[in-house]
Amino acid sequence: MKVLVPVKRVIDYNVKVRVKPDKTGVDLANVKMSMNPFDEISVEEAVRLKEAGTATEVVIVSIGPQQAQETIRTALAMGGDRGILIKTDETVEPLGVAKLLAKVVEEEKPDLVIVGKQAIDDDSNQTGQMLAALLDWPQGTFAYKLEKDGDALTVTREVDGGLQTVKLALPAVVTVDLRLNEPRYASLPNIMKAKKKPIDEKAPADYGVDIAPRLTVVQVTEPPVRQAGEKVEDVATLVSKLKTAGVV
Amino acid sequence: MAVLVIAEHHHGGLSDATHKVVTAAAKFGGDVDLLVAGENAAAVAPEAAKVSGVRKVLQAEGETLRKQTAEAMEALVVPLMANYDAVFIAATTTGKNIAPRIAAKLDVMQISEITAVIDAETFERPIYAGNAIMTVKSSDAKKVITVRGTSFDAAGNDGSASVETIDAPAGPFKSEFVSEEMVKSDRPELAGAKRVVSGGRALGSAEKFQELMFPLADKLGAAVGASRAAVDAGYAPNDYQVGQTGKIVAPELYIAIGISGAIQHLAGMKDSKVIVAINKDEEAPIFQVSDYGLVADLFVAVPELTNAL
Repeated sequence: MKVLVPVKRVIDYNVKVRVKPDKTGVDLANVKMSMNPFDEISVEEAVRLKEAGTATEVVIVSIGPQQAQETIRTALAMGGDRGILIKTDETVEPLGVAKLLAKVVEEEKPDLVIVGKQAIDDDSNQTGQMLAALLDWPQGTFAYKLEKDGDALTVTREVDGGLQTVKLALPAVVTVDLRLNEPRYASLPNIMKAKKKPIDEKAPADYGVDIAPRLTVVQVTEPPVRQAGEKVEDVATLVSKLKTAGVV
Repeated sequence: MAVLVIAEHHHGGLSDATHKVVTAAAKFGGDVDLLVAGENAAAVAPEAAKVSGVRKVLQAEGETLRKQTAEAMEALVVPLMANYDAVFIAATTTGKNIAPRIAAKLDVMQISEITAVIDAETFERPIYAGNAIMTVKSSDAKKVITVRGTSFDAAGNDGSASVETIDAPAGPFKSEFVSEEMVKSDRPELAGAKRVVSGGRALGSAEKFQELMFPLADKLGAAVGASRAAVDAGYAPNDYQVGQTGKIVAPELYIAIGISGAIQHLAGMKDSKVIVAINKDEEAPIFQVSDYGLVADLFVAVPELTNAL
């Protein structure tokens, strides 16, 4: 089984973002970037499938600027076999990403695409579902556990209220949730080895799909700031404050 | 103009989230129709017909729709969209699963988790774990939108819409429901609760989590939430997680107990009306957003608080 894993280069999850004063976006200059945390989980799952003998090849794909190559290298150091970088300096929306990925799927013919459930920058939670729709493949979103079972995949999903298990006919798209696995750290020898693994460089134009943005960003602003609160001495004071505020 | 709202319902009852989505859809403008699909649709339809501002209820029930799988919902909703300018759905796990699939089939960009409707083309939504608010204008002919429930008031129940039955799509589909394992709880549902008490890693164990959090929640009639750390450590089920990747809540009272206040947690609760933090680390970031902060050992303070209420 061949597995395709899309990865996204995003602002590091520990960074407190700053909105630009001109309200055109978030300041990304000189900010630490890394692989979207959900994508690390996708890569880890694909590599585990390979280690278990279920997957034969793990192909990593990223859409973004030249620096997205570093994100692909990280995934290769975790155990990916080869990479594809679709280079663009433009912002590509989830629909555009899904269209490009659908073309990559046509070329690569994977049996399974493992996508992070959302990217922590745009918080869209759309790409995996859109890709499944474009390919007419079944989808297993927010995966908590996945098991290959002949020509099918059994996916346990994190849903409101608990867990739900579905069975998908392969090929399929799975999006991963936080608790699917604990991603490994790439070891130094593997980082060195990853430098020799091939990365194909492409451009969106090579795929002939329209990825022009459908949404115009009118402005990006700071969220309302909360009024500074107070520290209370003890539980009794806390209770009386809450009673005064009318919330207990 | 007309908007289709996909209703969310459980155990034969309409969820509170649906009422909030109807409010958002009404702000978009035009007639609002409500689609009730899946198990018990016929039982839920009369309740849906009473939601204020709804013109018509479409009811669809059948084996393929039983658990509202994305594949079957796509087959049901996409043809209906010939009659609508927009489809609105709650940003719950069900909505997030279905909506992007419908959007891609319609070749439109979905707008996720909107918190405000400016006009029929312009919407606000949080990005970067709620640390920025983006206003976007959509040039797509049809809008596919998921709605953050905590940002809209629930619509009332003085409507009298007509109910129309439509056919469930014929299967089979490439995905099938196997089973589910739901967390049983008598407490209010987290996303819609008026009060939430939430526990973090500092509770130390599942036993302590239950021993300290549940009596306090019961005293307050509150739902119980948890930080990612507490869920990862196995102190609480996944479904309890509040944050960027868990539930978004905005209750009147949120009590954070033993939670440091990481960016990802704040994303899920910082719109609460009153935030209380109990933490022994006075430098914890949670104190920067709390209205009332108590620097104390939670193992002493929480039982004391429970008794004082």
